[in-house]
Amino acid sequence: MSASGSTATGPRTVFVQGNEACAEAALYAGLSFFAGYPITPSSEIAEHLSRELPARGGRFIQMEDEISSMAAIIGASLTGSKVMTATSGPGFSLMQEALGFAIMAEIPCVVVDVMRGGPSTGLPTQGSQGDINQVRWGTHGDHSIIAITASTHQHLFEATVRGFNLAETYRTPVVVLFDEMLGHMRERLVIPEPGELPTVDRLRTSVPEGVDYHPYLTREDGRLPMSDFGGVHRYNVTGLYHDMWGFPSTDPAIVDDLAHHLHDKLELRADELASVRTYGMEDAEVVLVSYGSPARSARQVVHEARLNGQPLGLLELETLWPFPAGVVRRACRSVRAVIVVEMNMGQMLRHVKAAVDAPERVFLSNRVDGRFITPRDIRRVLRIVEGQGE
Amino acid sequence: MKSIDSYLRTRFMPHIWCPGCGHGTVLNGLIRSVDAVGLNKNELVMVSGIGCSARIAGYLDFHTLHTLHGRALAFATGVKMSRPDLTILVPMGDGDALAIGGNHFIHAARRNIDITVIVLNNRIYGMTGGQFSPTSGCGIQATTAPYSSIDQPFDAVQLASAAGATFVARTTTYHVNELEQLLTRAIRHHGFSVVEVLSQCPTHFGRRNGHQETVEMLRHFKEGTAKVGSRQLAEQVDLIPRGVFVDEERPEYCDQYAEVIQRAQAARAGGAGGEEPQ
Repeated sequence: MSASGSTATGPRTVFVQGNEACAEAALYAGLSFFAGYPITPSSEIAEHLSRELPARGGRFIQMEDEISSMAAIIGASLTGSKVMTATSGPGFSLMQEALGFAIMAEIPCVVVDVMRGGPSTGLPTQGSQGDINQVRWGTHGDHSIIAITASTHQHLFEATVRGFNLAETYRTPVVVLFDEMLGHMRERLVIPEPGELPTVDRLRTSVPEGVDYHPYLTREDGRLPMSDFGGVHRYNVTGLYHDMWGFPSTDPAIVDDLAHHLHDKLELRADELASVRTYGMEDAEVVLVSYGSPARSARQVVHEARLNGQPLGLLELETLWPFPAGVVRRACRSVRAVIVVEMNMGQMLRHVKAAVDAPERVFLSNRVDGRFITPRDIRRVLRIVEGQGE
Repeated sequence: MKSIDSYLRTRFMPHIWCPGCGHGTVLNGLIRSVDAVGLNKNELVMVSGIGCSARIAGYLDFHTLHTLHGRALAFATGVKMSRPDLTILVPMGDGDALAIGGNHFIHAARRNIDITVIVLNNRIYGMTGGQFSPTSGCGIQATTAPYSSIDQPFDAVQLASAAGATFVARTTTYHVNELEQLLTRAIRHHGFSVVEVLSQCPTHFGRRNGHQETVEMLRHFKEGTAKVGSRQLAEQVDLIPRGVFVDEERPEYCDQYAEVIQRAQAARAGGAGGEEPQ
């Protein structure tokens, strides 16, 4: 970090990697415990936090692998800490089982996946957006999850803070996804003043000591107030289907209720959780749908098209899961064509097609060679879609 | 001593263990040792993995975290790091601790983090129906070793000692007083403690390996083991040693991290405590 005086108040302008922006945002959001394992291209997050967390009284631990990193943050979250881990594809694959545990036991936590090319060891030092569907369905069983992304360091900072807020609000893991290009690129970041962005703490129970506390009894508003481990309420937490005390149950009514609760608490809030940015969408006849670093090139294409008077717009998704289908459908309702711009084989393409009224008018502009998708790449697809050939 | 019931979640009884299982004896010894140490239940966190042994957590009126197969120590490390003042107990099975969780076991031992591990070693995967485990050893009949096992066993005590645990002991479900005493010492020990308890699984181990009755398995624990340093053990080298194998003081992980925090804050304040790392 070029400016190390992080105890200073007031906005600070720094010139940093995306990884550092993400780590600074986590601290801003109130992170007090981080566990991780070295992996390219996310290691700078762990490095930054190993230095910053103890200086602020927080705790950092380098675990023996990504499985234990994910497990450790769940344990720490139960004591009331705001927690995070960070990794990339291979490590994220190892975290899937514990990620499912956090979903089942409803433990607030943030998982950062700085995407590199896959499958397997793939392209460790080059960008990709190949983990989009793994984030949604990587862990077994029916479930729901929140995943968010951004395309600039400033937006990544805001998205990461929001990620903590959502994790604490909905008692769920939130995956902050971005790619190697954003992770390693340096650009300007203005770190907001304390209080400038909202930060949310989990709801804690008001049930007094000695009164039976039900950790898994959902309130009418769908929320479950927590009690910190080490406090006055002693209860059980398990990855098994469980009753309102957290005790294992195979009662069909209890299992059915919990399965629906875990699904509905996020899926029924897809509109509320949707975060998008729009560029030139007011009168757009052709729409680019993009997210993460490809949205930077898409923005450039829209900017240039608008200078030439072409009605092109960009719908940039920042919430990836639950998929903001309603927002996408409304935005693309009366357009001639939709081009999904992403760095994978069309992982979001199929969800956009499923969301819009005219799926036959949805096209793909992608790259999967580890190189950044350029405005020129997008313009080439745009010309073909417009019937202008190469 | 307070009544046993005051430590149990009787609401969740009856328990799931088979008749003759040794795990209830370990639960009993554990409660007696917690009572002897005089801990407040609000300060106790029990973290367990998956298996028959892991179900101990659900029955105890502590803060209880029933996690994933093999990963209990990783979850426990997160709890302990963020609340070093809490006492952490981790019951594990032999497969849980030494097969799927082997890596977490040796690394937790290496860090010497203040956690007490009880390895309930019944030499078999009971919950899944009697497959051989890393402590079964050669020549054992199991559902996945129908022609008898060829796998060399782990010695949990030697593994824990070599990995850096600072309190390591072994006893059996026959030696109930010794069990209580060793668990009491392990909980009081400031550092990573491991107590291996040889426990009987008459349903899946005994039945297939010539021990038809629980009593017979307990007799085997009585006659097949001897105290460390005893003349009996010196004379009969094929007996399994019981007792304390390691009891030493080494810097504890959370204590050391408290010093890291001090160094980081001193560096940040520009004090004499250290320099900002480059």
